[in-house]
Amino acid sequence: MNNNQLNAKIVVEGLNAGFFGKPALQKIDMNLYENRVTAIIGPSGCGKSTFVRCINRMHETVPGATYSGRILMDGDDILHPRIDVASLRRRVGMVFQKPTPFPTMSVYDNACAGLRLYKKYSSDELDSVVELSLKQAAIWDEVKDMLGKPGISLSGGQQQRLCIARALAVEPEVILLDEPCSALDPISTGKIEELIQELKKNYTIVIVTHNMQQAARVADHTGFFLLGELVEFDDTSKIFTAPSDKRTEDYITGRFG
Amino acid sequence: MENGWQKQDKIRRLKNVAFLATVFAFTVLAVVPLFSVVSYVFLKGISAVNLDFFTNLPAPVGDPGGGMGNAIVGTIILVCLGCLVGLPVGILGGMWLSQFGGGKRGFLIRYCADVLSSVPTIVVGIFSYVLIVLTMRRFSAIAGGFALGIIMIPTVTRTTEEMIKMVPRTLYESGLALGLPEWKVAVHIVLRTAWNGIFTGIMLAVARIGGETAPLIFTAFNSMYWNLRIDQPMASMTVQIYNYAISPFSEWHAQAWAGSLTLVTAILGITLLVRKFSKRIRYE
Repeated sequence: MNNNQLNAKIVVEGLNAGFFGKPALQKIDMNLYENRVTAIIGPSGCGKSTFVRCINRMHETVPGATYSGRILMDGDDILHPRIDVASLRRRVGMVFQKPTPFPTMSVYDNACAGLRLYKKYSSDELDSVVELSLKQAAIWDEVKDMLGKPGISLSGGQQQRLCIARALAVEPEVILLDEPCSALDPISTGKIEELIQELKKNYTIVIVTHNMQQAARVADHTGFFLLGELVEFDDTSKIFTAPSDKRTEDYITGRFG
Repeated sequence: MENGWQKQDKIRRLKNVAFLATVFAFTVLAVVPLFSVVSYVFLKGISAVNLDFFTNLPAPVGDPGGGMGNAIVGTIILVCLGCLVGLPVGILGGMWLSQFGGGKRGFLIRYCADVLSSVPTIVVGIFSYVLIVLTMRRFSAIAGGFALGIIMIPTVTRTTEEMIKMVPRTLYESGLALGLPEWKVAVHIVLRTAWNGIFTGIMLAVARIGGETAPLIFTAFNSMYWNLRIDQPMASMTVQIYNYAISPFSEWHAQAWAGSLTLVTAILGITLLVRKFSKRIRYE
């Protein structure tokens, strides 16, 4: 695959990030391509999560967080201090490791929480958004008869797809998945991986994963992080069959990490 | 035939029984006051509790009947005024503490709240007297409600803080990740998730201020008449009970018992209801 034919949705340039001056990420340069899935792999504590949390500026909500460098999205620097963080986050959705449906809300309210709490919508508008996003998240058939039930009454895998639906409802352009399957069983994981393939037709997807098979299955491009550095970034097939860096090879063959 | 093992076992069982008996005896001792107070109040008070008691004004000495209608309404009004003062400060303060209370300022505020919760309530009454009664140049429900509100603040603040801290951070981040402004996430997601627990704290605080006498004696004072004006002295059940109890008249003593019964029932009722519903708190 030739990267030049791809449209880089997000260009990361010299990104540094850390906590209380301690670096967690150093000089990351990386492109995230439109309608492609990019996997971020690496051992625990290598900065994978910090990296994706910089892309929707979630990193800075943690006390002591610092960052520098540039992240260009469609050419605009989203790390610029004057950017409106809330509208950035509406363009860059995120799904977390543990399913996080809002416990006081029904399935329906969870699905449209990002809209309903944002401004007033007519109930017809909400109905259609809820149905569309639940369908997009491949959970509509399972929950269409129980939209009024609490979101937390669903199974773990369903909860996670509900969270994906909730993220899709605000119509983002980029979706960040931070280890979305690590709390799920293999069947739910399979469903979410299928879903990711479906979603990449319309979105730019970044997935952090501990599971290298998962990266190999779902991702077009893979970046390998180690100790806060991006060691290698290439087509997934290249990373897993012919990595150019010794450390990548050691990691994917299970010699450490 | 008894061997050494069986003998040891016997001693062990004996010790076990003795210890259990001691524990049980002290447990009984602990609940005896509660039951004796409640049953005594019930026996003494029930005879004077009737419809008149809830609807009528106090009767002059010598006249039979009379009630505490105005004091019951007064207590409700005073508690509502207390909530008006105490809840906004308490809830918003708790939200602030849970979110930004990590540093020195947080420590200081938490410390002050703890000190305030141990200040004798009569001192809070004096504070309200100096601040409001002396300024307005008369006793008023406002002064009483203000004192009650201040008494509520530390309880509500700390419960709110603790309950909000129990809400997983990932919920807060999930809200932010939807592009919602921080205050909406704080109110519609975090506060709403913690609300059951906070409500429990509020009701316990309400039960507590409902039974306060000291801070009302020289703030809301008392009144023998129907009064809905909050800038005027207002009757409350506790002060009325106090006045009746120290009087030399047996009709008034009966009224004091009836008032106590009503108050105890209301407070016990609130506490029990809160206990029942607070068990349903779930966060995940």
